[in-house]
Formats: sequence, structure tokens, C-alpha cells
Amino acid sequence: MLDVLIVDDSAAIRKILQRVLRQTEVPIGTVYEASDGVEALETLRRQTIGLVLSDINMPNMDGLEFLTKMRAEDVWKSIPVLMVSTEGTQAKVLEAVERGASGYVRKPFTAEQIQEKLTGLF
Amino acid sequence: MTTEPEPVQAISQHELVEAIRSATGEVFTTMLDLSITPGEVFVEKEEAVPSSGVVSLIGLAGSWVGTGSLACSADCAVKIASALLATPYTAIDEDVLDAVAEVTNMIIGNVKTVLEGHLGAMGLSTPTVIYGRNFQTRSSGTQEWTVVSFALGEDRLCVQVCIAPNVDAHKRTTRTGFPVPHLLRT
Repeated sequence: MLDVLIVDDSAAIRKILQRVLRQTEVPIGTVYEASDGVEALETLRRQTIGLVLSDINMPNMDGLEFLTKMRAEDVWKSIPVLMVSTEGTQAKVLEAVERGASGYVRKPFTAEQIQEKLTGLF
Repeated sequence: MTTEPEPVQAISQHELVEAIRSATGEVFTTMLDLSITPGEVFVEKEEAVPSSGVVSLIGLAGSWVGTGSLACSADCAVKIASALLATPYTAIDEDVLDAVAEVTNMIIGNVKTVLEGHLGAMGLSTPTVIYGRNFQTRSSGTQEWTVVSFALGEDRLCVQVCIAPNVDAHKRTTRTGFPVPHLLRT
């Protein structure tokens, strides 16, 4: 079973992503939630996470800074991170990939798009 | 003597309206599974908000600055939240306001992507949601709001954007590496 961390400042999106994850073929265990990068790093320190889904635009610490800090730690380097964001420019997608994102889904998204990305990761 | 930079019409009214229509249609179809019908388009000096209901506002900032917003009735907000979260809501609560904020974030975020193709990179603020009766919102400055209305069943909602060149940004870049502190501006 895969424990997942969802990072988004919107409780609505966290709820939707939880529902979508449960519909995928990936065996999902506990789903943890964080509303910004700071909370997300705290959760990573406490739990053994197998997959991260993260927004970009968030208060306190945005998704790209969170991603950079996460990839700087050896213990978190291999955890797949799927970015889920309204940011849709090619430059922003490339920046996310350069910082270590494993995949990118633009909001609005369908359950099938999330499923497809997860299938590519596992 | 200083001269203010002339406003540049870097995106046409038609392109902005199409960006709003496309983004709103995509969000409602993809995330809410609701059919939404584009309605009239108009330009207002003040933001077109209902005298009561929900207004969600998001700031845009870069070499151009502005605000995007979604305004609708409380009933319409409840309908949006119920569809987005696949949970029946009957009245405005925290979940409903959060859902409207996120829908606005996705719409204005996608409009921003189109704007960035014309106006350069922009940042997006987190949404602010207002719910109440007999209120009015006002933006400083003299910019016009491009308002696009939509019909959602018997309800009506408006998505509106106000965008103008960032005069401060031009001033700050007059000496590269030496930004003019906001408080010391003359």
C-alpha cells in the first residue's frame, strides 16, 4: 500500500484528489494532507510517504520551493512528485521538471488524466 | 519631468473574452460536469457584483497588474460546490466558499496563462471570498472590467477581469538592480 501526501491550499482540491486517488488502480494506503510547503516538509519528516501530489501556488512556501527542498534531501529524492497546478505555461512546466517533478497535470483535470500519470509512475 | 508609459493594448478585448469563456467552460465541464452557457459581454468601470451573494477575487501581478473575479448568487455557489465536491450542500458554509474560491482559481489561472502569452509572466494571489448582502466592491484606479456572464441552469454568474500596465514595475526597472523602494516613490 502506498501512503500519499497531497499538498494544496484548497481543501476542495485535496478532497477531490483523495477521491480520484481511491478510484485509481494504484493501491492507496493513508492519505496525508498539507496546505503549503512548510506543512508538507513536516509531514515528510514524520511519515513514510510513497507519492506526493503538489500544487504550485500556495502561501508560506510554494510548490516549486517545496520541491527543491524535498529533492535536496537524499531520503526524499526518489519519491515520485506529481505537480497539479493551474500554472499552464511551458516555462512553468519545464521549471517544475528541472526542479525534480516526476509529472505535471494542469488544473482543471479529469480523473483519467491523474490515473494516466500515476500509471506512468508505478 | 517624468512621463508615464502609455497603456499598451497588448491583448484585444475579443481575445480576453475568448480566454474567459474558454477557461470557464473547461472548468465547468471538466471539474463540475455542468453545462454552462456563455451570455452577454459588457465593460464596466466598477466591478459588476450582485447586491448579495458570493464574490471570489484573485490578484494578478507582473508587468501588468489586475484582478479576476467570479460573482454569483448564494444558490449558484451552493450548486457549484455540490458539483465540484460531489456532496449535496444546501447552504453557504466553509466548504462552499472554498469550492467557489478554487473554481475561481482554476478559471483565472487559465486566463492568466493566455494573458502571459501576450503580457509576460504574472503571479497569482490566493483567492479572497466575500459572502454577504448589500455589499459593493471597488478597485482603485480607473481601469475597466471586462465582464462575461454565463447561465448555469436558471442561475447566472459573472467572470470578470480588470488588467492594466503596471506603472510601478516600469519605474522600478529604470535602474536595473536598484529597485525604487515603494515608500520612497515620488
